[in-house]
Amino acid sequence: MSSTAAISVSGLSHWYGGRQALDQVAFETGQGEVFGLLGPNGGGKTTLFRILATLLPVQEGRVQLLDFDVAAQPDRVRAAIGVTFQSPSLDRKLTVRENLATQGYLYGLQGKALRSRIDELLARLGLADRAAHRVESLSGGLARRVEIAKGLLHDPRVLLLDEPSTGLDPGARLDLWEYIRLLQREGGVTVLVTTHLMEEAERFDKLGILDSGRLVALGTPAELRRSIGGDCLTIQTTGAHDLARRIAERFQVPAQHFGGQIRIEVEKGHEFVGRLVDVFGSEISSLALGKPTLEDVFVKRTGHRFFENGAAGH
Amino acid sequence: MSTTRLRNANFEFRRIFWPAIWALASRELIRFFRQRTRVIGALGQPLLFWLLFGAGLHGSFSPPAWAPRSMTYQEYFFPGVAVLIVLFTAIFSTISIIEDRREGFLQGVLVAPVSRLALVLGKLCGGTALALLQAGLFLALAPLVGLSFTWAAAFEMALFLTLVAFALTALGFLIAWPLDSTQGFHAIMSMVLMPMWLLSGAFFPAEESGWLSWVIRLNPLTYGVAGLRRLLYSDVQLPVAGGLPAMSVCLFVTAAFGLVCIGVSVWLAQRRTSHDTR
Repeated sequence: MSSTAAISVSGLSHWYGGRQALDQVAFETGQGEVFGLLGPNGGGKTTLFRILATLLPVQEGRVQLLDFDVAAQPDRVRAAIGVTFQSPSLDRKLTVRENLATQGYLYGLQGKALRSRIDELLARLGLADRAAHRVESLSGGLARRVEIAKGLLHDPRVLLLDEPSTGLDPGARLDLWEYIRLLQREGGVTVLVTTHLMEEAERFDKLGILDSGRLVALGTPAELRRSIGGDCLTIQTTGAHDLARRIAERFQVPAQHFGGQIRIEVEKGHEFVGRLVDVFGSEISSLALGKPTLEDVFVKRTGHRFFENGAAGH
Repeated sequence: MSTTRLRNANFEFRRIFWPAIWALASRELIRFFRQRTRVIGALGQPLLFWLLFGAGLHGSFSPPAWAPRSMTYQEYFFPGVAVLIVLFTAIFSTISIIEDRREGFLQGVLVAPVSRLALVLGKLCGGTALALLQAGLFLALAPLVGLSFTWAAAFEMALFLTLVAFALTALGFLIAWPLDSTQGFHAIMSMVLMPMWLLSGAFFPAEESGWLSWVIRLNPLTYGVAGLRRLLYSDVQLPVAGGLPAMSVCLFVTAAFGLVCIGVSVWLAQRRTSHDTR
């Protein structure tokens, strides 16, 4: 009965009233993988996260965590997963230790085992000297670390992290990633992380890109980049629409355009640039040639830039 | 890193039932004592009502027919104020459900493997403990109005008030759960909960006054107030009268009302809706 997938989602759709938030989403993550859900705000990440965390009902499709069905066995799923929300879930009036102790009781930990587990996590996350502080007195970054300690307290086999980098400074972000890797290496923990930060996506073992409720790309970062043939050329210009059409006609290459930008995928980009500049040089204000990035993958699959859709928040 | 291994393939849900209730209830108590204003709100206002209404209505009050002896309004009002303290405490501790939802604490509890019954009972036990504590402090003032009772009667009162507090906290729970603003709760408090208390025989006797006496008879809180009143006079055996049902009826109605409210609360908490994720 044991399959290898830690998280398995198939045909998952979700509606809020008449608005569809998820459209036939399907993916699997292997045990011990760090899986990233990347997408702009409003793309459906949070909805998917909440369904996995057993907070939202499964309306259509099938979701399994560690062979437990999220719709039918929510308690089994809850016992096996640790959840760290994007919004705070700590009681601000309680101390750090009181918060963790409450969490421990909710997950069946007690007495000495609970105390030593709390001490272990506090030390691990550099919070040992804050144990007796009330959460309301902590900085955002420290509170975030307590949130993570809370999610890890019962040693879950799957850890769900919703936008864990929110409110963390770059140093704390690196610590977080180091810790996630450590969990994976030593504990075999499967980690699902949602993020709207493109630069974090490279860190994932496997990546799903969600846009407007659809999973538009799925694979390792390297696989996704390879799916774009050759090089990626970005052109800044004033008449993007018209120029893109003419470039496409002249050189028989697909040219996407948005805003003042044209994006072209070509083999042997450096040679193409020469030919391009010969013909259209006067109309191009600047030009960049690079190996494809995940942002290029996103653009190719969705036809729009990462941040133009819903960048202003939910 | 040495990671403690805590994983257990056969997670025993039954084992966490009572610890979860304990954790949630003690959290209520810790929060209460760290927010001084709540102590003033739940105990101070009823006390003020008692002193002011007691003094103001002193002259116009005529004791109900069942009164064992001459009775001042302050004495009549006494058990009503104790129930008001319980009601206020129940309101304050369930209004925090709305805050917990907004501040995010609740979503952490909702994804934990605790049964929703434990979640409801945790809240109810916390609220009930606070209510008992505060009502107990007030009931200690009984000698001031010439009431005296034995330790045995005090124990019976504590048990009965536990029942009343459970029922009222459960009522607060099912009101607060679907709401997402504390303003909404305040509206329901002044339109439903306060009238419910006013029409329970707490504030004025409900002798034959037409339709009003029917409202009072249908109000479940009437049986809470009357039960406490009977226990306060356990030495004299008050007769059964309009607005003063028999003790067994008081017990039955209060317990039944509480069970219904707990049932509805658990049912509400069990649903998975997008409301829980706000």
